Amino acid sequence: MKAFKNHFIFEFKTGIRDKNLLLMNYLFPLGFYIMIGFLMANINPDFIDIIIPAMVVITILISTLLGIPEPLVKSREAGIFRSYKINGVPATSIVIIPPLTTIIHIIVVSIIITPTAFAFFKAPLPKNWLAFVLIFLLTAFTCAGLAVLIGIASSSSRGTILWSQLIFIPSMLIGGYFVPSQLLPTFLGKIGMLLPSTHAINLFKFYSYNQSIDYNPIWSLLILFFGGILSFGLAIYLFNWDSQNKTRRAHPAFAFFAFIPFIIGAFFLP
Amino acid sequence: MKDIVVEVNKLRKVYGDLIAVDDISFNVEKGEIFGLLGPNGAGKTTTFECLEGLRKPDGGNFKLLGKSPNYNYNNLRNIIGVQLQTSGLPDSMCVNEAMNFFSAYHNVPSRYDLLERLGLKEKMGVQYHTLSTGLQRRLALALAIAHKPPILFLDEPTAGLDVQSRVELHNMIKELQENGTTILFATHDMAEAEKIANRVAILLKGKIVTIGTPREITATGAGLTKISVRVEGSSLSKLNIKFPGVTQFKSIDEYTIYYSTNIGLTVSALIEYISKQKDELIDLRVERPSLEDRFLEITNTKTKK
Repeated sequence: MKAFKNHFIFEFKTGIRDKNLLLMNYLFPLGFYIMIGFLMANINPDFIDIIIPAMVVITILISTLLGIPEPLVKSREAGIFRSYKINGVPATSIVIIPPLTTIIHIIVVSIIITPTAFAFFKAPLPKNWLAFVLIFLLTAFTCAGLAVLIGIASSSSRGTILWSQLIFIPSMLIGGYFVPSQLLPTFLGKIGMLLPSTHAINLFKFYSYNQSIDYNPIWSLLILFFGGILSFGLAIYLFNWDSQNKTRRAHPAFAFFAFIPFIIGAFFLP
Repeated sequence: MKDIVVEVNKLRKVYGDLIAVDDISFNVEKGEIFGLLGPNGAGKTTTFECLEGLRKPDGGNFKLLGKSPNYNYNNLRNIIGVQLQTSGLPDSMCVNEAMNFFSAYHNVPSRYDLLERLGLKEKMGVQYHTLSTGLQRRLALALAIAHKPPILFLDEPTAGLDVQSRVELHNMIKELQENGTTILFATHDMAEAEKIANRVAILLKGKIVTIGTPREITATGAGLTKISVRVEGSSLSKLNIKFPGVTQFKSIDEYTIYYSTNIGLTVSALIEYISKQKDELIDLRVERPSLEDRFLEITNTKTKK
């Protein structure tokens, strides 16, 4: 327990000490929030209705997808995991602790965003706070799982950037916050359903804001939940201690199985 | 007979077509300092990585403290300490955090005394990436021995260290040996191996080509003693002079260097000759063949084959 605590505290501090992680955990989400808040308040006042969940989801995406994978690859390449293995650090700690500490950073940023959006942009607060918190945790869990899986399955830093951006950029464009999903062409709507942000916004709107939604929320709940479970499970299964030792339990392409719930959703959701 | 602490039997590791470790066998006794020497790519690090549990061997077996770990790393981690070739710590980890972090995973109290002993007391709050190479190596050693492992693996322990740090590290290694720790180290530095190892094995292309004490290994070579002579005049510059026991000679700077199979005969003949030529002897040095000479002799012979 003491070992886990030390590891957790160290990873949490790293999220602030490391300039790149500080950028991804705090500066980028908060800067983006301020910019979008002032911009959208003028050009699209309807966006202000969902600015709190939207910015929370964007914060989750930035901190997890852009913040978690690269340090995992770099640590593996630098032999840090080898050193961890020799000293008895379990693989599960390496896979679970960075997402946990990242979620703490996201909570801090979300705590800044929620009241300030209410105060400065007159954004409506959630009607159901419990649902808001639970959906936040579920979204963070799923995105962190996907981020860890990208870090574990990618063979290089370049690979992590490619895969992370493949989720992050479409999420920004068709993830359901800037353009409502029902306004998207059918094809793009289906692509949007492959993204965790679409389901997160769907859930936030329905459960914590009592707004009309695009998809059945139970489906969104199940997709996010099983997407997260599969991502973490596969990350632990595919974990490799050593960039010099290529032996793995399975080919990294197995990581794509984490998208099965999202693909099922895209095909079967009405 | 002393206890065998490390028992390696026909260990083999293959990467595709390359046999990195080719059926090597050796034993290391309790409290011994055992050096694994060899050029780059000889298989030293791979051998260590198999014994450390970082790689699964493709053949053979090994026992540590009489038990086969069966490649289950949990069976190894408390009985071995490892200083890797690359230290492998996160850049932003402070010295005291590293000690707390690894000690907690070994379930032992943090050894700040070791950090003090290794000159890291003033650097407790300093991040790893800002430490000099010497301090990074010292920290790696402190972390490797914090849980008092009976077996310690050191991979190139003094690489990149200045002379003073090297001497300090050698003293620390000797101290650990006196306390009963069995130490296996891999190095390119023959002088270091000759100085601190009780026994060494020379590894070439994955095979052990010779094993023994440094003295035994140097004694099994051609046994040529190097005699370097410098005189005031030019009495030794004649190419046709022959001295008893000398098999070859060469001139480097102002010295004439003879390789002799019989030191006594050669030196006395040299002095007599210089005196007869009415020349003046300025310097005469006699050097026994070093481990490095023997290593080069072995590696050259084997490489030619």
